[in-house]
Amino acid sequence: MRSRLVLVHLLVTSLFCVLLGRLWQVQLLDGDRYTRAASADHVRHVVVPAVRGRIVDDRGRPLVRNRTAMTVSVDRNVLAGRPDGGREVLGRLAALLGVSRSEIGDRIRLCGERPVTPCWAGSPYQPIPVAEAVDERLALQVVERSAEFPGVIAELRPVRDYPHGDLAAHLLGYLAPDGRSPGGTAPVGRDGLEAAYEAELRGTPGSRRIVVDSGGRVLRTLHEQPAVPGATLVTSIDTGIQRAAERALKRAAAGARARGLAADSGAAVVLEARTGRVVALAGLPGYDPSVWVGGIDPGDYARLTREDRGSPLLSRAIQGQWAPGSTWKVVSTAAAVGAGYPLRGAYDCPGSYRVGDRDFRNYRGADHGRIDLHRALAVSCDTIFYRFADELWRDDPRDHSMQRMARAFGFGRETGVDLPGEAAGWVPGGPWARPGDAANFAIGQGDVLVTPLQMARAYAALANGGTLFSPRVGKRIVGADGRVLREVTPPVVGRLPVGRTTLAYIRRALAEVPKSGTASAAFAGFPLDKRPIAGKTGTAEVFGRQDTSWFASFDDRYAVVVVVSQGGNGGDTAAPAAREIWSAIHRLERR
Amino acid sequence: MRDRLRVLDWRICLPATALCVVGVLLVWSSTRAMPPEGSHTHLWRQIAYSGAGLALMTILAGADRWSLRAWGPPAYLTGCLGLAAVLSPLGVTVNGSRSWLNLGVLQFQPSELAKPALVLALAALLGAAPDGERRRRASGLPAALAVAGVPLGLVMLQPDLGTALILAATTLSMIVIAGTPGRSIGLLAGGALGAAALAWWLDLLKPHQVQRLLVFADPAADPQGAGYNAIQALETIGSGGLLGRGLFHGDQTGGRFVPEQHTDFIYTVAGEELGFAGAAVVLVLLWSILWRGLRIAAQAATPYDRLVAGGIVCWLATQATINIGMVLGLAPIIGVPLPLVSYGGSSVVSCLAAAGILMSVRGEHRAAPRTHVIWS
Repeated sequence: MRSRLVLVHLLVTSLFCVLLGRLWQVQLLDGDRYTRAASADHVRHVVVPAVRGRIVDDRGRPLVRNRTAMTVSVDRNVLAGRPDGGREVLGRLAALLGVSRSEIGDRIRLCGERPVTPCWAGSPYQPIPVAEAVDERLALQVVERSAEFPGVIAELRPVRDYPHGDLAAHLLGYLAPDGRSPGGTAPVGRDGLEAAYEAELRGTPGSRRIVVDSGGRVLRTLHEQPAVPGATLVTSIDTGIQRAAERALKRAAAGARARGLAADSGAAVVLEARTGRVVALAGLPGYDPSVWVGGIDPGDYARLTREDRGSPLLSRAIQGQWAPGSTWKVVSTAAAVGAGYPLRGAYDCPGSYRVGDRDFRNYRGADHGRIDLHRALAVSCDTIFYRFADELWRDDPRDHSMQRMARAFGFGRETGVDLPGEAAGWVPGGPWARPGDAANFAIGQGDVLVTPLQMARAYAALANGGTLFSPRVGKRIVGADGRVLREVTPPVVGRLPVGRTTLAYIRRALAEVPKSGTASAAFAGFPLDKRPIAGKTGTAEVFGRQDTSWFASFDDRYAVVVVVSQGGNGGDTAAPAAREIWSAIHRLERR
Repeated sequence: MRDRLRVLDWRICLPATALCVVGVLLVWSSTRAMPPEGSHTHLWRQIAYSGAGLALMTILAGADRWSLRAWGPPAYLTGCLGLAAVLSPLGVTVNGSRSWLNLGVLQFQPSELAKPALVLALAALLGAAPDGERRRRASGLPAALAVAGVPLGLVMLQPDLGTALILAATTLSMIVIAGTPGRSIGLLAGGALGAAALAWWLDLLKPHQVQRLLVFADPAADPQGAGYNAIQALETIGSGGLLGRGLFHGDQTGGRFVPEQHTDFIYTVAGEELGFAGAAVVLVLLWSILWRGLRIAAQAATPYDRLVAGGIVCWLATQATINIGMVLGLAPIIGVPLPLVSYGGSSVVSCLAAAGILMSVRGEHRAAPRTHVIWS
C-alpha cells in the first residue's frame, strides 16, 4: 500500500512538472509569438480619415463641400468572432435601420478574386460603412445598446455634400472605396475633378493605435497622429454660367424632343478664349452625385451605366464623340487658303457637285451662285468645300493638307484637360480610299469624330489669334491654412498654322452667322451690337440616326460650344442653347 | 478556540488560503469589465464563498474519524439525490450541461458535493471495517464500483464530462491505493476503456463535447468556433512573459477575449497578469497542498484515513491537471474549475471542505498512539 502511495506521489509530482515545463514553454520560449498574436487581437491600428478638401468655383462658391453625417459601420473582424458569424447582430441592425439583411450583407461583402457587385473594395480590417447620413436617434441607439451591437460603430464622419444638387456632376466626379488607397477606408476620387486632384484633395490620413475589447469597444488609445485635411481646389468654373449651360442644354433637348427628335444626349462647353480655362462643362443626361455618398445603391448604379437610360455617368463634354458637320468648315477654309486658294476669291456654290460618279449636294440642294468665302461660311455652302477637297485630292491623291490642318486645330488627340477618361476623337490618316472621302471630310462628315471640348478649344484658338491651349478646370490649390500651394495654368500646346489675316477673315465671316446666317433665327433679339458673337452651325448626318446638332461660337472672351445628339439642325437646337448661354454670360458680366 | 486552531495544519491551511486570495483577485480582475460596470458582483460573491468555505474547512478539520464516517453516507445520499434532482425540472442548463440546481436564492452544483461524498463513501467501503477487523483485499471492489457508478452515471446524463472524468479517476486511484491486486485493476482499466469506446461508438457524447475533443487535436482548424477558446487561452497566457502585465493590466483579460475566463479559464488571468512567476506560484501552491495530503495519507493511522486522504489528493490533482492542462493546450477543453481559484461557490466550498477533511485525517493520526501498527 505504501508503494502505491509512492506511485501516486510520483505521478502527481511529474504531472505538475510537465505543467510547469509547458508553462515555461508557453510564456517564456514562445511568449513573443503569443504576445504578437494577442496584440493582433486587441491592438487595432485605426486610420483616421482626413477631411477631404472642397472644390469651389471661380469666386469661391463651393461646388463640393463636406458635412458630417452619422455613419454606421460594421467591423467584420468582430462579427467573425461571434459564434453565429454575426448573423444575429446584422439582423438586429437591419431591423433598426429599416433595411433588409441582404442589403447590409451586400455592403460588407468583400470583393474577392472574382468581384460580385456590389462588394467592398476597401480594406477588410477597417469598419465598413453600411449606412451613411443615418437619423441620429437611430445611430445613438447603436451607441447606447453597444452590448446588443458588438462590432457595429456609429460615429460622425464627413461625407461629400453637393450644395447645388446635380450641378456639374460629371465635372466633379465621385468618390468610391478603393482597396489600393493608402487610407484603406476613405473613398477615393474615381472620376472628374475628384479623381484628377485626388492627391491634393485627399489630405493625409492620421492614425490611432487603440486597445479594444473582444466586442470591439475602445479601451484606451496608445498613440495618435492627427489627420491633415485636404487642400481646397479652386476651379475656373462659374457657377452661374455652368447652371445656365446645363439649363440651356436641357431646354434645347426638350425642345428638340417636342419636335419629334430623339435628342438623347448632349454637351455644352464654355472656355475662356484667351486663357484656355474651362468656365462651364455640361453633359446631358446628368445625374445627382449624392447617390455616391455612403456607397452607391446597386439599382442606382445600374441606372447610371445602362445604355438604354442614356448612360448618365458618361461625361459627354469630354467623352462624347460626334462628326462635327459644318462647324468643321473653319478647318477646311484654313486648309484651302493654306493650299493656295485665294482668301478673297469668288467661288461657285451650285446645288450639287459631282465627285467621281456621285453627286454631292448642298443642304436642301440650295444654289447660292457665285459667292466669296465669307458668304460661304455664313450660309454654310457645302459644294465650295467639296470642290476644294476634290481638287486637292485629284492634284495629289496623297495630299494631307486638310488632315494636317485638322490636327493643328487640336483634333484627333486628347486636349489634355485635367479630367480623366477624355476621348481623343478621330481624324482619319493616310490617303483617301474613295474619291468622295476627301469631300466628305471637308464638311465634317464621314469618319471624323470630335469631342465638344476639342471643338471649343479650336474655336477659342480662332478667337484668341491662334493659340491652342490644353484646357484646365483647376485654377489653384489652396491649403487648409489658406496658403496657395500650386497655381494651375493651361499650357499652350500649339499655334494654328494660319495667317493673321485669314483668322481675322474667318472671324468676320462667322460674325455674320448669328446676324444674317444660319443662326440668325436663334440670335434674333440678342444685343449683337453690344456683344458681337461669331459662330458656326453644324448639322452632321449619322447613318441610321437623326442629325447631330452643333453650334460653335466665340466672342473676344469666351468660346461656347453646344452639341445635341440626334438634335436635328444646328440652327434649330444647338444655336438657341448657345444663345441662352451667351445671354447668361452677358447678364452675369453686367451685374 | 485554541483547540480549534490547533487542529489546523498550516501546511494545508496556508496554501489553501493563499489560493483563495489569489482566486478572489483573479476573479476580480477577470470580471472588472463585465457589465454592469463597477458592480463587482462576482468579487463580493467570491469573497463570501471563500469565507464560507474557510469556515467549513475549520469545522471539518476538527472532526474526528467517527464523525467523518458518520457523515459519509448522508453526504453521499444527498449528493446522489442532488444529481438526480438536476435532471428534474429543478435543474438549470449552462453551457450545454444540465449541472445546476436552482434553489431559489442560490444555484448549487450537486456534482461538487458528489466529489468529497464519493471519496468518503469509497474509503468506508475499501478501507477497514469500522470495528477495525481486516477484510479480504478487494472484497469491497464490486460494492465500491456500484457506489461510484451511481453518481458517475448521473453526471454522465447531465452530461458533464469533466466531473465524470474526475469521479472515475478518483475511484480508480482509490482502488489502486486500497491495495487491490494488479489483475483486478487491469481488468477494471480494460473495462473502463471499453466503456469509453462504447460511449464514443454509441454517440453518447453531445456534439459540443465531440467538437472540443476534435479541436484539441488541432485548434487552428476552427479558430472562430470551438478552437477560439483554446487559441485565446494560449495567447493570453503567452503574452504574460516572466513577470506578467500586472494585476488589472492585462489587455486580453480586460478586453474579455477568453470566454468563461473567471470560471474554467481563470488560470489565463494568472498567466497574463502575474506572468510565469505568478502562474508558477499558483502551481506550486496547489502542488504543496497535494504533497502535504500525500504525506498525511502515508502517515495515516487506518486504511480508511489513508484512502480518504489519498482520494482527496487524487481528486484535486486530477481536477487541477485537467484544468491547467486544458488552458495550456495539453488537454481537450473540458469544463472543470481550477480548485480553490475558479469562480463559483460550489467548487470553492467543496475544495475547502476537502482541505478540512485532509486536516481532520491528520488530526486523527496525531491523536492516535505513536505505537500504531504500520500497514504493509
